[in-house]
Amino acid sequence: MTGIRRRFDVLQRSLHWLMAALILAMLFIGVGMVSTVEPKYPSLIATHETLGTIILVLVLIRIVVRLRSGAPGLPTDLPAPIKAAAELTHYALYGFMIAMPLLGWAMQSAARYPVVLYWSQVVPTWLPQSAVAYTWLWRTHRYLAFIFFALVLMHLAAALFHGLVRRDGVFESMAPFSLGGDLKSLPRNDCRRRIGA
Amino acid sequence: MRLHFRDVTPAEIRSFAVIVAVVGVVAAAFAWTAGWLSPERLTPARLIAALAPPEGPALGHRRNHAKGICFAGDFEGNGNGTSLSRARVFAPGQYPALGRFNLGTPNPDAVDATVRVRGMGLQIKTPDGEEWRMAMIDPPLFPVSTPQAFHGLLLASASKDPGAMKHFVAANPEFSNFLAWAKTAPWTASFAEEPYHSLDSFIFTESSGAEHAVRWSLLPKAQPVSIALADLAQLGPDFLEREITERIRSAPAEWAMTVTVANSGDVTADPSQPWPADRKTIDLGLLTVRHVEPERDGACREVNFDPTVLPPGMRTSDDPFPAARSSAYRASYDLRTAEEQDYPRKDLRGQP
Repeated sequence: MTGIRRRFDVLQRSLHWLMAALILAMLFIGVGMVSTVEPKYPSLIATHETLGTIILVLVLIRIVVRLRSGAPGLPTDLPAPIKAAAELTHYALYGFMIAMPLLGWAMQSAARYPVVLYWSQVVPTWLPQSAVAYTWLWRTHRYLAFIFFALVLMHLAAALFHGLVRRDGVFESMAPFSLGGDLKSLPRNDCRRRIGA
Repeated sequence: MRLHFRDVTPAEIRSFAVIVAVVGVVAAAFAWTAGWLSPERLTPARLIAALAPPEGPALGHRRNHAKGICFAGDFEGNGNGTSLSRARVFAPGQYPALGRFNLGTPNPDAVDATVRVRGMGLQIKTPDGEEWRMAMIDPPLFPVSTPQAFHGLLLASASKDPGAMKHFVAANPEFSNFLAWAKTAPWTASFAEEPYHSLDSFIFTESSGAEHAVRWSLLPKAQPVSIALADLAQLGPDFLEREITERIRSAPAEWAMTVTVANSGDVTADPSQPWPADRKTIDLGLLTVRHVEPERDGACREVNFDPTVLPPGMRTSDDPFPAARSSAYRASYDLRTAEEQDYPRKDLRGQP
């Protein structure tokens, strides 16, 4: 069946939208918690650590699903540089989804901050305490978060561009509703294009 | 290719406007969440900036309570605490403790006799990996009621306006209780003769789920000997660190950990308001300090004594300070760990 789809399958769409919500929440919680001294600060930290752990698990599942199910192709009339940019953006998004939780976990380890999830589960530390490593890790985590957010905005803008301007079916291949785009302009998922959409 | 400018239709221009609006709203919400649109928000960075002396912060050091000395020892639970909290640390037994005696100043070279508030950072670990971190001070009440008022106090005391402090005291009448303590409480010449109080309230939870609002104190076994401020000043700028090092070389110093349990209706959100003296207190065990070492290469240097790092069986209450301190302590930790070269460890100095 996967050979004739022009949309991502139900599992892929569910994972995409669930993770979209979680990642946006993470970016907002992250930038909010480091700028507040309000009583909500400790619970923001705990939420951030809990969601980060969940995202790390989900992205691993998602990659397996993606490798198994493939993706619909991009419209044949899309210029090559745009196609290349789309592919690169998607590799980067996957990279951030993996790297950000690992960096967060590593920086907490290097500073000996206990990572305690919402249901009181303690996540083990896995790096020796180190001021140098901690400094590098938290700065990287922080700066990559801003790049990640910029990338998410680009992804959103590009999706809406496909949905509202080009109406070429790319938006509809993932969205739960149609903006009137024509899915038939997409090449069928031939299961050869493993990554990039 | 449909991207040539002349091909753009009015409908497409509307679509572009929608895209710009959607992306713009998300970006603006992000900027608001980050505090970039609200310069009046009290951020950890602003709190820390207000702590810095006029000549700037001491790089590589904690941004407050910057002068200190490390200690190691143990906490021996007597089992009484199990009636209040299921935390492992209250089961009878001996648990390793690591801590830091300190002075409430942003200046690591401050003269001892110029600093009214003394403190203790403490970390107790239990074999199952549970950890309890505390940061306590010797006054019996906190100067102000809220983190915002604490920020206001820092700004007022640094202000060149001669009326600033008067204004502050008028707006924060609780501060006069602290001033009275600062003026009248006797000074001692030893960290070992000071009590250290959590001041903030926390919630202890029993295995049954029953909850108790508490504050705790470490009460010294050593008899406090009061000393005139002028005599303390005579002893030298770093007398306290010398004294505690020599004292513990000859014998350990001890504190009884006692917890005070609130009655229902007691205010738990305001550390400037002590609870009435008749509240139930329970002796939980004994802290013994067996070893003292300079901070520069000491084990306590690595530790952020974040008061929200609590074992299962304890949590924060509606007291707003532990959260604010956690946030500010982390910002301080981020800064000082990035500035290690400004406060080099001994084993690195003198090397090429």
